[in-house]
Amino acid sequence: MTTAELLGKDPGWIIALKALIVFVICVVATLMAVWTERRVLAKMQLRTGPNRVGKFGLLQSLSDGVKLALKEDIIPAAADKIVFIIAPIIATSMCFMAFAVIPMTGVVNLFGHKTALQLTDLPVGVLYVLAVTSIGVYGVVLAGWSSGSTYPLLGGLRSSAQVISYEVAMGLSLVAVFIYAGSMSTSKIVASQHENIWNVVVLFPSFIIYVISMVGETNRAPFDLAEAEGELVGGFHTEYSSLKFALFFLAEYVNIIAVSALATTLFLGGYHAPPGLGFTEQWLGGWFTFIWFLLKVNLFFFIFMWLRATLPRLRYDQFMKFGWKVLIPVSLIWILIVATLRVLQQEGASRSVVAAFAAGVVVIVMAISSLADRSKQKSREPLPQGEAPDFPVPSLPNVKSLKVSGGE
Amino acid sequence: MTDFIEPQKKFDMENSELEINSVAFKEVEQPGPGSLVEQAKGFWVTFSTMFKKNQTVQYPDVKAPTAPRFHGRHQLNRHPDGLEKCIGCELCAWACPADAIYVEGGNNTPENQMSPGERHGAVYQINYLRCIFCGLCVEACPTRALTMTNEYELADDKREKLIFEKEDLLAPLRQGMLAPPHPMYPGMTDTNYYNGDVTESHPSQNLSGQGQK
Repeated sequence: MTTAELLGKDPGWIIALKALIVFVICVVATLMAVWTERRVLAKMQLRTGPNRVGKFGLLQSLSDGVKLALKEDIIPAAADKIVFIIAPIIATSMCFMAFAVIPMTGVVNLFGHKTALQLTDLPVGVLYVLAVTSIGVYGVVLAGWSSGSTYPLLGGLRSSAQVISYEVAMGLSLVAVFIYAGSMSTSKIVASQHENIWNVVVLFPSFIIYVISMVGETNRAPFDLAEAEGELVGGFHTEYSSLKFALFFLAEYVNIIAVSALATTLFLGGYHAPPGLGFTEQWLGGWFTFIWFLLKVNLFFFIFMWLRATLPRLRYDQFMKFGWKVLIPVSLIWILIVATLRVLQQEGASRSVVAAFAAGVVVIVMAISSLADRSKQKSREPLPQGEAPDFPVPSLPNVKSLKVSGGE
Repeated sequence: MTDFIEPQKKFDMENSELEINSVAFKEVEQPGPGSLVEQAKGFWVTFSTMFKKNQTVQYPDVKAPTAPRFHGRHQLNRHPDGLEKCIGCELCAWACPADAIYVEGGNNTPENQMSPGERHGAVYQINYLRCIFCGLCVEACPTRALTMTNEYELADDKREKLIFEKEDLLAPLRQGMLAPPHPMYPGMTDTNYYNGDVTESHPSQNLSGQGQK
């Protein structure tokens, strides 16, 4: 029985209960994530982090949240009131919706009902996640635009450009998974990995591209240039306060957890135990699979924190260049390779043909990289000198001096 | 402005391609990304730091000791018999660059003998809103009456509370000390006091009959 058939038998109250569970998991996970991030980051910087409120400071984010909610709610005079209020609601609700198709456990017993902790199983589940997170961008754009202020507008533009650019790379990195699993349904992708091998092994380049683009997509360090505190105050949410700001905060973390959960589902075998530990999946009546799922999601969350502690922020042009000129072409080429290999496999091509194809790919990659090196050397040569313009300009490679003032 | 710049500009126009109001620049060699190993090293730094002992001091619970000569709150010292060392000379107030000290001197009388000799500090105030803890007052003090402690917790919720009076600043009475006013040690002059000849109070100094340890 497939997961879709299993979920189809759910009565209404189970669906409602599962929706509630998913919501609670997201909110509690956000609270824990904020605490974990602050503690781990502190550890990486020889500090202790919050340890005052509750045991080990566990209730710190809860008290912060309460404080935030009780603050004065300001709507700027220049703001477009309705859009200003709708924007955080869009951003937050879309993040939660992405969780609907994430399979979090195998078959479990929920109050005497056999089901899986997954709200619904769409045949195009992963596309649904991409679509929903794209709609979440509207929250960012509208928030930036409706604030009626410069910094939020710039931050909103940056954020949306960033998320959209990296969603292209993200979507392309997922294509290889679809080709390999033969399905876009999250539960089927998990099942196919369980039957064969985790996608992280066979589709390692896709995995790397996904991990990079998921960091870009969630506006996190080192790609947090849209919320660069030193440059744009707070980015798109500069004018937001109180609960509306809390919603954006919640959205950011739920988004992080959502992309981590998607990475777990698509590349790390979902809720299944690592190879060799399959016997643990029967423990606690199947609920132990949820622990495996949480562990894997936490692994990705740790990567988020590790990146934030280690890397400095990218410049906007570097960031865009990396997304469009590196990630997207690489994933396109990788898709071609995967598709060819897949077809060769299905057509029953002999091993020598596959090996020859792989060798050819390696040779071409080496040739291209050596050519790229040569072109880099060429670009280092001094450029011919041009005429200096009469007006002040930023430094150009073909101008030897630049005017700082036109003052005569 | 033109008088000064004009001749130099002419020279520039004729002999050099650089104008007076243009700035020459060199192209800077960009280091570019390091090798993968170099970048992995960076990640190892943050990862390994997690397992190092962290440097946080749990401050209100644990107070790290200051440096031995840390400039903290001031203290007005006493002679070993309990008389105050301050003679109200105001040198500290004059030395203070922040004008944080206010002193009024008073005469010592047989009924009101606060310090050895003729004078004592009747009013002594230090304003910790102004004090910069430079220690010039301590250097200026001729009787070593004013020194600094290591106490650094000097925050309060009222500005008035941060003007410390004489009783806030006076050192506590130690073994063998009597609270002034009381007469000087019998047979001793102020010079004997400064030479360190007085090591404790004499029973005859105990006028009020307060407990002498």
